[in-house]
Amino acid sequence: MTDIAAVVSAPPKPSLLEVLRSRAFATKTDSLLTVVFLALILYLVYLALDWALFGAVWGADSADLCPQAEGACWSVVAARHRLILFGLYPYELHWRSTLACVSIVATVILSCLPYFWTARRLSALWIVGFAAYYLLMEGSPIGLEQVTTDQWGGLSLTLFLFASVVLLGMPMGLGLALARRSKLPVISLGVSILIDFIRSLPLLTTLFTAAVVVPILLPDWLHGDKIWRVIVAFALFFACYQAEVFRGGFQAIHKGQFEAGMALGLSAWRIMDKIVLPQVFRHALPGTINMVVVTFKETAIVIIIGFFDILASANAAFGTGEWAPYFLEVYAFVGLIYWVFIFSLSQYGEYLKRRMTVAAR
Amino acid sequence: MLGILRTHKARAWLYQGLALAATLGLALSFVLIARQNLLDQGIATGFGFLERSTGWPINFALIEVSDRSPYWRMLTAGLLNTLLVGLLGLASATLVGVAIGLIRISSNLVLNVIGTTYVEIFRNVPLILQAFFWYAILTHLPSPRRAIPLMDIGFLSNRGLVLPALDISAADVFLFAAGTALILYGAARLGGAGTRASRWAWPLALAALAALFVLLLLTGRTPEAPLLTLPELRGLRFVGGFEIKPEFTALLIAITVFGGAYIGEIVRGGFLSVDKGRIEAARALGLKGFQINRFVRIPLALRAMLPALANQYVWLMKATTIGIAIGFPDYFMVVSTSINQSGQTMELMALLMGGFLLVNYGIGFVMNRVNARLAIKDRAG
Repeated sequence: MTDIAAVVSAPPKPSLLEVLRSRAFATKTDSLLTVVFLALILYLVYLALDWALFGAVWGADSADLCPQAEGACWSVVAARHRLILFGLYPYELHWRSTLACVSIVATVILSCLPYFWTARRLSALWIVGFAAYYLLMEGSPIGLEQVTTDQWGGLSLTLFLFASVVLLGMPMGLGLALARRSKLPVISLGVSILIDFIRSLPLLTTLFTAAVVVPILLPDWLHGDKIWRVIVAFALFFACYQAEVFRGGFQAIHKGQFEAGMALGLSAWRIMDKIVLPQVFRHALPGTINMVVVTFKETAIVIIIGFFDILASANAAFGTGEWAPYFLEVYAFVGLIYWVFIFSLSQYGEYLKRRMTVAAR
Repeated sequence: MLGILRTHKARAWLYQGLALAATLGLALSFVLIARQNLLDQGIATGFGFLERSTGWPINFALIEVSDRSPYWRMLTAGLLNTLLVGLLGLASATLVGVAIGLIRISSNLVLNVIGTTYVEIFRNVPLILQAFFWYAILTHLPSPRRAIPLMDIGFLSNRGLVLPALDISAADVFLFAAGTALILYGAARLGGAGTRASRWAWPLALAALAALFVLLLLTGRTPEAPLLTLPELRGLRFVGGFEIKPEFTALLIAITVFGGAYIGEIVRGGFLSVDKGRIEAARALGLKGFQINRFVRIPLALRAMLPALANQYVWLMKATTIGIAIGFPDYFMVVSTSINQSGQTMELMALLMGGFLLVNYGIGFVMNRVNARLAIKDRAG
């Protein structure tokens, strides 16, 4: 047998010079565009670097240098980063908030590993990660000093909202997707109406309803904390979108597979559990990651209904007279935090999508 | 009796009956509890409050409102604000998006890098953070006394942008908008590609538009009033001219920049989805580069884009609700202030939801019509 690679070799990789000739200087117009826009980019990069690095003031103690500085005043971040990251959480307990954030981030990173890609392992991982977060932040069940949810804030609150919405919303989404596929017309119609209704309203409306209207609809003893009401509403919103993602996954499965399962004498439940759902999850994976990314971004709007998330703590960080002029630095810092989370998650999603298209060929 | 339950059909009916009963029971309990709660707070239910005056002003409106305006007028102003910032945002985001999408598929490496950087920066930061950012920048501009002049006709300050204003009334603006829509519709009907009328339909439409504009400008006004009022610095603020508030500008910029990144990706995807073979076929038929774009590539790409674009438009429209965070009085903000002030929570939430359903189904309806127009007509059909 001849080695296939020896016969069919990949075309030689074009050299850098060739790439430049074909993609930057192919025609006269092309060359002109390349030169003009390259100059523009370099100028912008220079301006940005000059502001952020060369002309910048660093360190919390050098705040008095800031008014004369040419560039950024990073002292505001150095001095106020604890407020931005942890909000009003008691200062001496910040280590707990840090560990709690780490446990959520670790949960997200671990769920990216193929080892965890079974429903059982993934749910176990998320429940453990979330429980670790909750116990560390709240403290009382494991004998630490109690910190109530109204003192949670900053990045740790943002991560908490994100994790609890995904954790609650995912099974709800699956339930809604199954109910929408139900053969019982009353159930599938009712669920369809619910999904379409929530999807055509802004998220803010749903959260606002949970915060303001639900207390009117429920007896006093059922109100619960505002934060939990909002999380449940947010999870419902997530579930309505996620149900549509799952529905796409269900549609990708051939009817013959159900019939084959029945012919083998499997119960409806076993067909779902062993044959259909594993494939649905696989097909729905890119859409699911997209939803997770969008959810992370959307948590930012809870500031409007009065939660002290990372955006609110950022506004507070430059809210005092001394730091008022340095809003750019604070927004750059917070924007960077969001960006790192969202960019890496969405890049991972793109990678999976590429991998799956290759596998499907 | 129990034997009946063993059959499939009977069980199906039972489950559905239970689900229905549970839903209705829940709804009934909501209504009863809500009534009791509202009675305890002494709030009268019903829409009578819409006639009461609000007692609070909003800082931006297309129609005249003041703190003496009734609730229904204030809510209308809010809905119009949402529509204004939403539709303008959609239009400008589409422009940016088309530019970004084309840059991303161009063969030029430098342009690619610019497009990709733009998309990756602005798509991956929450919209509301971007709105805060632009708002902070706009409100940290110099005060009106040291405003930045723009070619001596406008001034940019931390109070917003002031421009010379045409002295026209709101009624004129409305008439102009309605007339424009009518003329454009007529021209589109007449000027379909390939018909004989298509050559003069559009120039005629332009002439009609110009005539309408002049007519509205010259009629129904006091002859002495100046056509144009220029902004003038008086004391600490500008008087006269047309003022664009920083809240509005910041929200518009944020929606444009953020939406542009998403629409850019949709445009790029649309163009990439066009089958290479069709372009080659067009070339083989002897079409020139421009003709290939006009008759093959763009129509095909547009068809591929439309469903995603429709979703994105609805999404952006809903996203205007973050205006409340920077103080732009959109529909959501007006409703939420009304709830705070009047306590008519249930009625106002119903109006809020109704308003958004109306707007979103409106967008969906228009996009479906466009989609139906553009879809490849099946010969059998």
